[in-house]
Amino acid sequence: MSILERFETLEYGPAPEDPKEATAWLERHGRRFCHYIGGKWHEPAKGEQFETVDPSTGDALASVAQGSAEDVDAAVRAARAALGPWQALTPHARARYLYAMARQVQKHARRLAVLETMDNGKPIRESRDIDIPLVARHFYHHAGWAQLLPREFAGYAPCGVAGQIIPWNFPLLMLSWKIAPALAAGNTVVLKPAEHTPLTALAFAELCEEIGLPAGVVNVVTGDGRTGEALAAHEDVDKIAFTGSTEVGRAIRAATAGTGKKLSLELGGKSPFVVFDDADLDSAVEGMVDGIWFNQGQVCCAGSRLLVQEAVLETLTAKLRARMETLRLGPPLDKAIDMGAIAAAVQLERIQRLVARGVADGATCWQPSTALPERGWYYPPTLLTGVHPASVVAQEEIFGPVLTVTSFRTLHEAVELANNTAYGLAASVWSENINVALDVASRIKAGVVWVNGANQFDAASAFGGYRESGFGREGGREGMYEYLEPTWLHNAPALAASDVSSGGEWPDAKAGEPAIDWTVKQYIGGKQARPDSGYSFAVYASDGELLGEAPLGNRKDIRNAVEAAHKAEGWAKASQHNRAQVLYFLGENMARREAEMVAALGRVVGEEQARREVALGIERIFAYAAWADKFDGAVHSPAGRNVTLAMNEPLGVVGVICPTEAPLLGLLSTVLPLVAMGNCVVAVPSARYPLVSGHLYPLLDTSDVPGGVVNLVAGRTAELAKTLAEHDDVSAIWHFGDAAGCEAMKRASTGNLKQVFTHDGRQIDWFDPAQGEGEWYLRHATQVKNIWVPYGE
Amino acid sequence: MRRLAREREATDGDTAMSIKSTEINPQRNATRPHEEDAWRSNPGMPLDLDWVESVAANTSAIERRVQTLTARRTVKKEWQAAWLLKAVSCIDLTTLSGDDTAERVRRLCAKARQPLKAELVNQLGIESLGLTVGAVCVYHVFVETAVEALKGSGIPVAAVSTGFPAGLSPLAERVAEIRRSVEAGAREIDIVIERGLALGGKWQALYDEIATFKQACGPGVHMKAILGTGDLMTLRNVGRASVVAMMAGADFIKTSTGKEAVNATLPVSLVMVRAIRKYFERTGVAVGFKPAGGIRTAKQALEWMFLMKDELGRPWLEPKLFRFGASGMLTDIERQLEHYATGRYAAAYRQPMA
Repeated sequence: MSILERFETLEYGPAPEDPKEATAWLERHGRRFCHYIGGKWHEPAKGEQFETVDPSTGDALASVAQGSAEDVDAAVRAARAALGPWQALTPHARARYLYAMARQVQKHARRLAVLETMDNGKPIRESRDIDIPLVARHFYHHAGWAQLLPREFAGYAPCGVAGQIIPWNFPLLMLSWKIAPALAAGNTVVLKPAEHTPLTALAFAELCEEIGLPAGVVNVVTGDGRTGEALAAHEDVDKIAFTGSTEVGRAIRAATAGTGKKLSLELGGKSPFVVFDDADLDSAVEGMVDGIWFNQGQVCCAGSRLLVQEAVLETLTAKLRARMETLRLGPPLDKAIDMGAIAAAVQLERIQRLVARGVADGATCWQPSTALPERGWYYPPTLLTGVHPASVVAQEEIFGPVLTVTSFRTLHEAVELANNTAYGLAASVWSENINVALDVASRIKAGVVWVNGANQFDAASAFGGYRESGFGREGGREGMYEYLEPTWLHNAPALAASDVSSGGEWPDAKAGEPAIDWTVKQYIGGKQARPDSGYSFAVYASDGELLGEAPLGNRKDIRNAVEAAHKAEGWAKASQHNRAQVLYFLGENMARREAEMVAALGRVVGEEQARREVALGIERIFAYAAWADKFDGAVHSPAGRNVTLAMNEPLGVVGVICPTEAPLLGLLSTVLPLVAMGNCVVAVPSARYPLVSGHLYPLLDTSDVPGGVVNLVAGRTAELAKTLAEHDDVSAIWHFGDAAGCEAMKRASTGNLKQVFTHDGRQIDWFDPAQGEGEWYLRHATQVKNIWVPYGE
Repeated sequence: MRRLAREREATDGDTAMSIKSTEINPQRNATRPHEEDAWRSNPGMPLDLDWVESVAANTSAIERRVQTLTARRTVKKEWQAAWLLKAVSCIDLTTLSGDDTAERVRRLCAKARQPLKAELVNQLGIESLGLTVGAVCVYHVFVETAVEALKGSGIPVAAVSTGFPAGLSPLAERVAEIRRSVEAGAREIDIVIERGLALGGKWQALYDEIATFKQACGPGVHMKAILGTGDLMTLRNVGRASVVAMMAGADFIKTSTGKEAVNATLPVSLVMVRAIRKYFERTGVAVGFKPAGGIRTAKQALEWMFLMKDELGRPWLEPKLFRFGASGMLTDIERQLEHYATGRYAAAYRQPMA
């Protein structure tokens, strides 16, 4: 066609990015790759290979190795061998390596971008302008943390060998989110890239060679789910970091339960995109383009549920449809397309199946007239209107370019709909009214909230979810803690077996004197309540003498306590000063009962320990009263007109299984940080001295602790703990009993993937404030929500 | 309901907007876009203050859109050549300097008739286009000179008017200025709004003033309203002033005089273009857009064209609905076209100057 014809039509025409360099790189490797282990290219032990495919054509790009358990073992051994020398380097030396990675990524930016697009199908604009620059940014940011490690993370030690399993939607970016913090903190890693997209990880391994990274610090083992399983199960791995589906996340939680491996999970999402009637609607439409049609919607934090105020429903959906017509879909290496190919055939099938299900459920499906390329795996941008919360497509993650539309009437309803999901990864809120936007942002349960924006990322602003979107954060200071643990804990001996088991053994009833007339009940919702079971059990002193009877709690007491705790959630909104004041008052009131408590507790733990427990208990109350208004979030300044407010939010309702070693001090040390941060607690006092409840609840009552903020349920620890760990309306569980109990908690927690905070059966000296008190507890008592706030008119 | 029906209609078809084929006919010789029948003057509408007040423009979101828009689109090879030729046809070739003389204006008009050197036209194989710029834009005193110099070319003369660039001379004089330019043969009048009225939220006064100007232009003369966006400061002000100007009958809305500290920018243009879209959706009237000031390169020209095509659709890439207020940009486009034609990077001194 001539210029004259083009002059009439003014179409965009093809603008292909030249894949020459990336193809040459593939050819240099003979289009065949093996594992990168201990600084060497390592043939797979079983000789198995599989093909990775260009989703835009279906053509094979290269053959890669299928990692077996032997390969994983070799990689873990290499990482273990490299650990000592890596940690022996100065922080500055590690910073140099991370800096070199950042520079190397920038120097080879285009080759990496093209390779990513070929392997994954995402538009070259995205890999070139978003993925790769964010990768470099992540390494720069963590070169900084490597340099500052001893100063900024004093008292913390690296976990050791980190096993990392990443998804196919942002292959190299997810690699950087995993490797950068792990190395900066002094760990060595074994990384398994996704089976559909292994190429950039292998290219990255080559960059590690080029910068002379010591052998074994970074190992890459390719393969499918079986390889990941072998890595998660390997007994010499200290930490597992996983990004992927919630289902696999659950399996990994269960598989690592009894191993003492530290775990972080970044899982699925069904993120709301809330548009109020006063929003800049044209900009909100572009926000949806960035939210759900970015990377073909294969983004865990994609704004896949549009919630729109009724008054603008018609206008907004009309604008959306018009905009969808102008989205250009085509070969991902074309520089002027908006949407490329779906990364894998199975994913395309899943999208097709779920959309059909949505239509069957009564939704109306609208797609623009855009033609799909004949070859390759493509799916058009799709709008499902008339979607009700009860529909499958409103609840299940589709992971494709499909936006569901639901309307709301009021702000309150918007928040309810937004939170009506098992997930809690991200949210967008659109309004020109800062009061509306920030109110909604604070009320949505999600780890990231973008005000008048979508899918913005920065290495300093941590990313990660609430609820079944996982736990742990990536990026920023919070992200570093996922690869560190307190030095004392790292070196702590195993917890000695306790004289009272939490696992079901029960002190024998002894014949003797009649019961002392002291009625201790459960403490639920600020009231003393008889146990639902109608049973009590005898509690004995260390010398075997009967001390009294404690209520024997059961499932229903736990249920009631959790409900009471939810009713008290206004505590989270109480001012920090108010919470501090209440805690100080508790300390004051306990001091007045000091002698009485020492005397009673002394019968169980001996007078010396009792005296220390009570005295330090008062001190601990003061410490958390002090912390109540000092454990603040942070403000970050990412690029563009934004500040991100990193808020430390309470988790909600938390179950606490108190330590046995120090019945009073242990309970205070675990319950108080939660309460100080605004959580409501259901605590199971140590079975060694459950009567401690009877001392505490009068104090709680007289100290103005609102009813329901602290609930105390005594009974058989293992049974009550299991009910709590399985409870879907409990956000987290703290377990400081024995190792078997810790494992049981982790296994029982997979229903809603609640966070489980334990010492993994290691010993904590509750009498040492360095171990029994402070930020380690406060960090686990909160989760960080990053609210991206734009500014400027 | 009527409005919704229009919105639906607007979303049908291949482009974001579709105008009835009688209005934009691609079959017609696009090189002569200045024929009377191609225009449909904006009749305006009563001032709707609710609409004006409801204009929202979120600066950071708009900046992001503009950043990604220009990264999402590109044109290469013969497509790029065709787009750049279209850009040439949309230029209001402008001279607005204190040292302008009649001879300088004649030189500009000669360039307007023949924006590309004959050799390049041959190399591109576009002789049949009879390519010219969109208009020549001058001060009132040179209108007659320009009309004379452009006789027979079909290229209209645009006059900046109404106390350009500040727009602060007495109203009667501003109105008289328009009449004199129209009498002298100007077919397009670029008026400037009184920025103070917009800054003070005096929308009724602004509306009345612009409506008065439109009336003074009379039938068949096309009025471009310069908003002076650099002075308006905020995008919301720009959005509101755009709406008021269109309600008052502006046929084009134009960013700047070229004399403000900040002139045409993409964020400001996006806000104006979205206002045009909404006005079209509500009234069915297509208003044109003219970014002016600071657009100097072929690359910038393409960025603005991507904005027009993606936000408004193909019809807004015709000189009837889109103009660049520029002078130096033409030379850069000539260089890019010569590079396309020869494969060698081109020099400015080898392009005939205006």
